[in-house]
Amino acid sequence: MNINRLIALSKSVQFGKILTSNARHATKEVTLPNRTIRTHARNLAYAKDLFLGKVNKAECFPYPEIGNEELEEINSFVAPVEKFFTEEVDSKRIDHEAKIPPETLNGLKELGLFGIQVPEEYGGLGLSNTMYARLGEIISLDGSIAVTLAAHQAIGLKGILIAGSEEQKAKYLPKLASGEHVAAFCLTEPGSGSDAASIQTKATLSEDRKTYLLNGSKIWISNGGFADLMTVFARTEVVGEDGVKKDKITAFIVERAFGGITSGKPEDKLGIRGSNTCEVSFDNCPVPVENVIGEVGGGFKVAMNILNSGRFSMGSAGSGMIKKLIEMTAEYAGSRKQFGKNLSEFGMIQEKFAVMAQNAFVMESMAYLTAGMMDRPGVPDCSLEAAMVKVFSSEGGWICVSEALQVLGGLGYTKNYPYERYLRDCRILLIFEVSRTQCSISPFNNRELVIQWVASGLSKAKQYHKYINL
Amino acid sequence: MSRVLVGVKRVIDYAVKIRVKPDQSGVVTDGVKHSMNPFCEIAVEEAVKLKEKKFIKEVVAVSCGPSQVTETIRTALAMGCDRGIHVEVSGKDYEAMGPLQISKIFAALAKKEEASLVILGKQAIDDDCNQTGQMTAALLDWPQGTFASEVTIDGETVKVVREIDGGLETIKISMPAVLTADLRLNTPRYATLPNIMKAKKKKIANMKPADLGVDMVSRVEVLRVDEPPTRLAGVKVETVDDLVAKLKANGTI
Repeated sequence: MNINRLIALSKSVQFGKILTSNARHATKEVTLPNRTIRTHARNLAYAKDLFLGKVNKAECFPYPEIGNEELEEINSFVAPVEKFFTEEVDSKRIDHEAKIPPETLNGLKELGLFGIQVPEEYGGLGLSNTMYARLGEIISLDGSIAVTLAAHQAIGLKGILIAGSEEQKAKYLPKLASGEHVAAFCLTEPGSGSDAASIQTKATLSEDRKTYLLNGSKIWISNGGFADLMTVFARTEVVGEDGVKKDKITAFIVERAFGGITSGKPEDKLGIRGSNTCEVSFDNCPVPVENVIGEVGGGFKVAMNILNSGRFSMGSAGSGMIKKLIEMTAEYAGSRKQFGKNLSEFGMIQEKFAVMAQNAFVMESMAYLTAGMMDRPGVPDCSLEAAMVKVFSSEGGWICVSEALQVLGGLGYTKNYPYERYLRDCRILLIFEVSRTQCSISPFNNRELVIQWVASGLSKAKQYHKYINL
Repeated sequence: MSRVLVGVKRVIDYAVKIRVKPDQSGVVTDGVKHSMNPFCEIAVEEAVKLKEKKFIKEVVAVSCGPSQVTETIRTALAMGCDRGIHVEVSGKDYEAMGPLQISKIFAALAKKEEASLVILGKQAIDDDCNQTGQMTAALLDWPQGTFASEVTIDGETVKVVREIDGGLETIKISMPAVLTADLRLNTPRYATLPNIMKAKKKKIANMKPADLGVDMVSRVEVLRVDEPPTRLAGVKVETVDDLVAKLKANGTI
């Protein structure tokens, strides 16, 4: 483990200690009749409780394992997808031309990969999080395709899936699941990256209160160049309970057909070059009020839920990629001879394989444990687990690809082998979907957690204001 | 109207590097990736195409072997077959199973299911026998169109273009008949995930060879399996005379 990780970890442990001691301090001052104050929302959170000194054993013992029937089902899906990727996907060409060929996209649509988690009644496959993670392992064989599919279903249409009304689902999901319409997720702006709550795109309600007019621009939008449907986050004027007007974020379903939407030119990126990333501008784009996802003013929560629900698949995608790398690198190390011995007989080369195997194992375990927890009934709050998966997988992936490339030496550095492409493709994992720096500085910097934690504690405490000095 | 039987065989995947067991009794199959024989895929695709063109009503996928072959039948169902039949053969019987036993099973099934066509792959990539189709036709006393690269149904007859050493041969045979698929017959479709899910609802019937009155005793005993000899480096020669001299010295001529 490198020194940076140690420092970051110890900082978060210290933070945790300060906050938990405060919590205990608060409860000590209260003399209540047999009622405990809940200092955090009662949800099936495992990792969050770890930071508060509680181990929710029931969450992970017994391990949330899937049933045999589901296992057989997943295994029957894996073979056709693998076959498609080995035969029909030319990753080198996709990377070189910075484009995914339409035939490949069509093949993916026909395979059903555009609606993996959309329920069957809307034309999707209705697979669980665990199955999605398993398929993610294979799709990650090509980074550009993985990001295009993830931008479409893990975040693009997720808003409709988890927070949309029945009418919205029935209207939009079927075409999205078949791939006829492609989705995109529009949150980031030139002035708002990590600070997602500070977005400035405005949605003003029209005189007749039937339409919102969207004005603003978003950047780094995957699939932005050709998406037919976008989940857009904008500020709307909301009148609070106390009569004060505030600008709160609202989530909208915006169809390109509404008009007023322009996409910029595709960004020329270091990696995932086949994935389309561009700026999307809204100029008085009319959005009907029926297209608001959830409540007006509740957009930030929707955004966080969407991002949290898809993040865990990064673990399985990373482990799938590393396993493939181990396969390719092992073949080379077992046949290349130097100093009269196979490379695989040298200790430092063996160490590289050990690091890769370790990382693949951990990433896989974390991803499937989180997916298993999320598949349990109820709406478990796995945001912290997902963040942990993301941080570890992105770092682990970067280190392992580097090690694999190193084993091949000069050959790994050339475009004749896929290692340099894997290296460039996986660098994005450390950046997108909430950058690693934001995720790991301290879990308590996660505004949602802090707000929720303090707010529920405070609201309960308000009832007993006689006992607590606030 | 017509029913077609398609045979699918579960074999070691073509991309896998084959290794011989240390006791030289066979090849390593445990933990090795298996998939449908590529020629069987082509056979399934042809049968499904015929159904889509409305020449036949029902396609039945058949496979013989242990419980794992149901995966292969499910893939065939996902490609468009209507139902499956799993003939259970396991253990010693399965290891000794060859074209003779399979063709007896298919002949019995063809009669039982009243099939008008039996479509098989021309050969399996593990044993390369290229016998099952021919034997099945002989047992049933049906005409056969083997190495088919084009199949056209015309009423009660079938026009088959066959790939033979000399080129292409076109024959007309009457139904019921046995066809074996060659490489260029068609390009098999991918089993899409929605189709795999639909295939789960399709039925696979179970039966044993004894139910069909077939005895599985093998007339062939495998003595030994060896890896092919490692290719030795070649030698370059300058002139034809040198080549002749070397070949003579080798004892080749």
